[in-house]
Amino acid sequence: MSTAGSDPLRKDSDRDPLRKEDGPAPSAGATVGEPVLTARPDTAEAFLAVRDLKIHFNTDDGLVRSVDGISFDLQRGRTLGIVGESGSGKSVTSLGIMGLHRTAKARISGEVWLDGEELIGADPDRVRRLRGMKMAMIFQDPLSAMHPYYTVGAQIVEACRVHQDVSKQVARKRAIEMLDRVGIPEPHQRVADYPHQFSGGMRQRAMIAMALVNNPELLIADEPTTALDVTVQAQILDLIRDLQKEFGSAVIMITHDLGVVAELADDLLVMYAGRCVERGTAEKVFTEPQHPYTWGLLGSMPRMDRERTERLNPVKGAPPSLINVPSGCAFHPRCPYVGLNGGSSETIVPELRETAAGHWSACHLGEQDRDRIWTEEIAPKL
Amino acid sequence: MIAALLLLLVVSAVTFAIFFLLPRLGGQTTTQLATQYVGKDANPESIAAVKKNLGFDLPLYEQYWHFIKAIAVGANYKFGPDASVCHAPCFGYSFKSHIEVWPELKSRIPVTLSLAIGAAVIWVISGVAIGVLSALKRGSFFDRLSMGVALAGVSLPTFFTGMLALGFFQYNWHIWDNVQFVPISDDPFQWAWNLVLPWCSLAFLYSALYARLTRAGMLETMGEDYIRTARAKGLRESRVVAKHGLRAALTPIVTIFGMDFGLLIGGAVITENVFSFKGIGAYAVDGIRDNDLPIVLGVTMVAAFFIIMCSLLVDLLYAAIDPRVRYS
Amino acid sequence: MPQEDVKIPQQSTAGAEPLLRVTGLVKHFPITKGMLRRQVGAVQAVDGIDLQVAAGQTLGVVGESGCGKSTMGRLITRLLEPTGGKIEFQGRDITHLSVGEMRPLRRDVQMIFQDPYSSLNPRHTIGTIVGAPFKLQKVATESGVKKEVQNLLELVGLNPEHYNRYPHEFSGGQRQRIGIARALALKPKLVVADEPVSALDVSIQAQVVNLLDDLQSELGLTYVIIAHDLSVIRHVSDRIAVMYLGKVVEVADREALYGQPMHPYTNALLSAVPVPDPKRRTARQRILLTGDVPSPINPPSGCRFHTRCWKATEVCSTQEPPLIALATGHEVACHHPENAPAKAQEKNAQGKGAENGPAIGNQPTDL
Repeated sequence: MSTAGSDPLRKDSDRDPLRKEDGPAPSAGATVGEPVLTARPDTAEAFLAVRDLKIHFNTDDGLVRSVDGISFDLQRGRTLGIVGESGSGKSVTSLGIMGLHRTAKARISGEVWLDGEELIGADPDRVRRLRGMKMAMIFQDPLSAMHPYYTVGAQIVEACRVHQDVSKQVARKRAIEMLDRVGIPEPHQRVADYPHQFSGGMRQRAMIAMALVNNPELLIADEPTTALDVTVQAQILDLIRDLQKEFGSAVIMITHDLGVVAELADDLLVMYAGRCVERGTAEKVFTEPQHPYTWGLLGSMPRMDRERTERLNPVKGAPPSLINVPSGCAFHPRCPYVGLNGGSSETIVPELRETAAGHWSACHLGEQDRDRIWTEEIAPKL
Repeated sequence: MIAALLLLLVVSAVTFAIFFLLPRLGGQTTTQLATQYVGKDANPESIAAVKKNLGFDLPLYEQYWHFIKAIAVGANYKFGPDASVCHAPCFGYSFKSHIEVWPELKSRIPVTLSLAIGAAVIWVISGVAIGVLSALKRGSFFDRLSMGVALAGVSLPTFFTGMLALGFFQYNWHIWDNVQFVPISDDPFQWAWNLVLPWCSLAFLYSALYARLTRAGMLETMGEDYIRTARAKGLRESRVVAKHGLRAALTPIVTIFGMDFGLLIGGAVITENVFSFKGIGAYAVDGIRDNDLPIVLGVTMVAAFFIIMCSLLVDLLYAAIDPRVRYS
Repeated sequence: MPQEDVKIPQQSTAGAEPLLRVTGLVKHFPITKGMLRRQVGAVQAVDGIDLQVAAGQTLGVVGESGCGKSTMGRLITRLLEPTGGKIEFQGRDITHLSVGEMRPLRRDVQMIFQDPYSSLNPRHTIGTIVGAPFKLQKVATESGVKKEVQNLLELVGLNPEHYNRYPHEFSGGQRQRIGIARALALKPKLVVADEPVSALDVSIQAQVVNLLDDLQSELGLTYVIIAHDLSVIRHVSDRIAVMYLGKVVEVADREALYGQPMHPYTNALLSAVPVPDPKRRTARQRILLTGDVPSPINPPSGCRFHTRCWKATEVCSTQEPPLIALATGHEVACHHPENAPAKAQEKNAQGKGAENGPAIGNQPTDL
């Protein structure tokens, strides 16, 4: 099950420390072992189930552990926000789900179940067929993400015709429909324009049209609004929300901006150094965050919806190198509360534990300490 | 278009200045210049006559005007008793053979063109193919081998590979006996057969260069965001490479190709000499060796014409490839 | 280190001579075509702005891309030559000073750039980078340049021992600190920061914002902070100017601007900022602007915002509204201001003020 495709470098895979020896083997979407993140516990079968996903890269400097054991579930019609700073592994995770890592470089293990179908280790051509059809992705910078030499229409038509056996005319009609749907004025004319003739917001709309042309059931949006102005960002977020309602797809929203996830996400997953430090429903994570890193993130943001504070309360220090991830809890060098844990932070990697219904956190802090710090020290300053 | 014509004019002025102004600045008199035209049996009268006929006494700008006019509409020259019409484009007469430059030049263009076009086809196809494969299989045995050979190719001059080829294939193994130029209108097969060795030895250098360029371009393009998008759409890798990667990677190659090809039509000097082809390059060498100014001038002008045409073509091609050029 | 510990009261907009005064500032970038470089148009990046910055204050300049805020920053630091208008620094006209004449002024006016990666020369140690201003200005230091640089590094929260390291050995946040140290080397009076934190990670952003804050109170600096992030601007600024297509559309003190924004554009901007609170999502009504910012090459007639404004009427497309004070210290350029006091209503004949208070909840428009 957990193989990284046809990678010739993996001859010694038996001794590969990444391989799970006895991982749970979910049969057709049944979720075993790991805690399941879903607000609808009655649905046993998750549309997308990620189990202990690890993505490591061999580089000249050493092994980069970009993603080091991520698990989550996502249902159709729901939006999962993955939040983290640069290098936290959030984009790598999404590319891993899409099967977009080059097998020669990346070592991937774990499981990704999409609608009951395991993708890690599946036939690459099978995954290719799903890509763009069942799962689609939009990227951060639509100017560099669209090919400068082909018209917007041609690129959408191409996306359509890879997966659907339709004529050019039909695909073109469909492209115009999609451009119209994402709010591009005069789609009949604009379909023949090149990406550089579009404004930033229009390009991102076109990108979304391209991703949705085959009605994917999973849409991954990787920082879709980071390159855009705030008024345009609001338009795009609204568009994604509307489209999700319309198509009922599952959405993964990857961003560093807690404000953006708060707009869209039902569930939230906070990543730090390739691991999940906290996850739960968006409401839980925003109102009762449990991990000191989440506190730090919230404290770093000037809040428009609150009284202005005199000072921000950022996390000290900088994110760690992924080659030399700190021992124990990767966050411990930056954590102000290490002293409360009697040394376990430096040595033991904290398990992701369910601390409240629908709320998981990976932290050594005791429940009492945690609640006290949150209510007495953190919450009043936000 | 106008810019191209202007540029041609500038080139002509500069070449003219080099050949007519510089010698004067260097202290050469017009008499010495005229002496070269008259040749062996020079006597003061004939020299004076030539000077007058060719207008060496006129101010320089007038001489330049005559030079341009001759190219545009032709000219009448009188050599002592003979009078002759030099039709446009007239580059004058060879000092040495007294033969008109243009007809000679014209007869040599097909030779150089055959050589250049054939070699270009070979080097573009092989260079780009090797470059793409190397980029896709980066770090593989094929990549290292081809880039090693390419490095050798870049460092080996044509006269070396050409001689080597001649030495083995003609003198040692007698696969070819006496490589010589056969016009395509006479016998297309013989034309091609005789050109194989010159083509290959000329293309080798360029092919190596283009392989390296293509590989670098391909590696860069394949790391672009839009390639990731193409893969995310679920395209087959072959289509991603051919349609999305290659087209972008080829843009800089087109520019360089225009330059290289233009230069080559101006004379594949070394190759022509190695294989004793009577092309433009060989003609230029003759002209320079004999200090035969009209020939050198003529070749320079023709070469400049081709180079400028090629870069014009590249600009058009560029706009066809990259829409951003078209609309800016 | 602070030269003067005179604490200048905030909001000293009236009366005292401002540190920096900008009147009618214009910058047009010519667009040329063809071989002869014939001018066929101009990018009207900055098209007549008036601003004042009081000493010790922070002026925040906010706006979307293409509004000319960065150009304005480069104009007031005189990295660009203004096309028209006037820039006065400490009462002195510096609008058209030559490079040589500007040199002594460079000590007083410094700039911090957005990209901490490209604004530091990778071949120089940070000691050289931070020490360069001393050499360029031929400033003699009491304790030697090295000591001075180490003090600066410590001031911005870097290890002084890293004097001999190169920029690539530092993280993004640390590099921005190096840029700040370089800007502060000669104890400037005015620091213009162009998107100082937007390239940084969230947690690092906050560290740099706090640092800028501390340095201001410690050194008595005056800031002009240019940013697109409204929440960051709110946090750092005393007074805020909102720009749209080369014009200032609204200037006000922080509380007034965020509490009672008058210009519809400001309202739309504020309502578009995502708030990290999922519970607010359903409660709030957003003003969704249609379309994108028009091109500054061919800006709309009259009020430049009228093409996207839901309150626009006839007059907006023909007449450019002047920037006038509708409340104390609150200037706005709009024919139909919101939240404006009654007196102002009369001033602006067509004005139809809205009664509801803050940014949220005004005239939502359909897409």
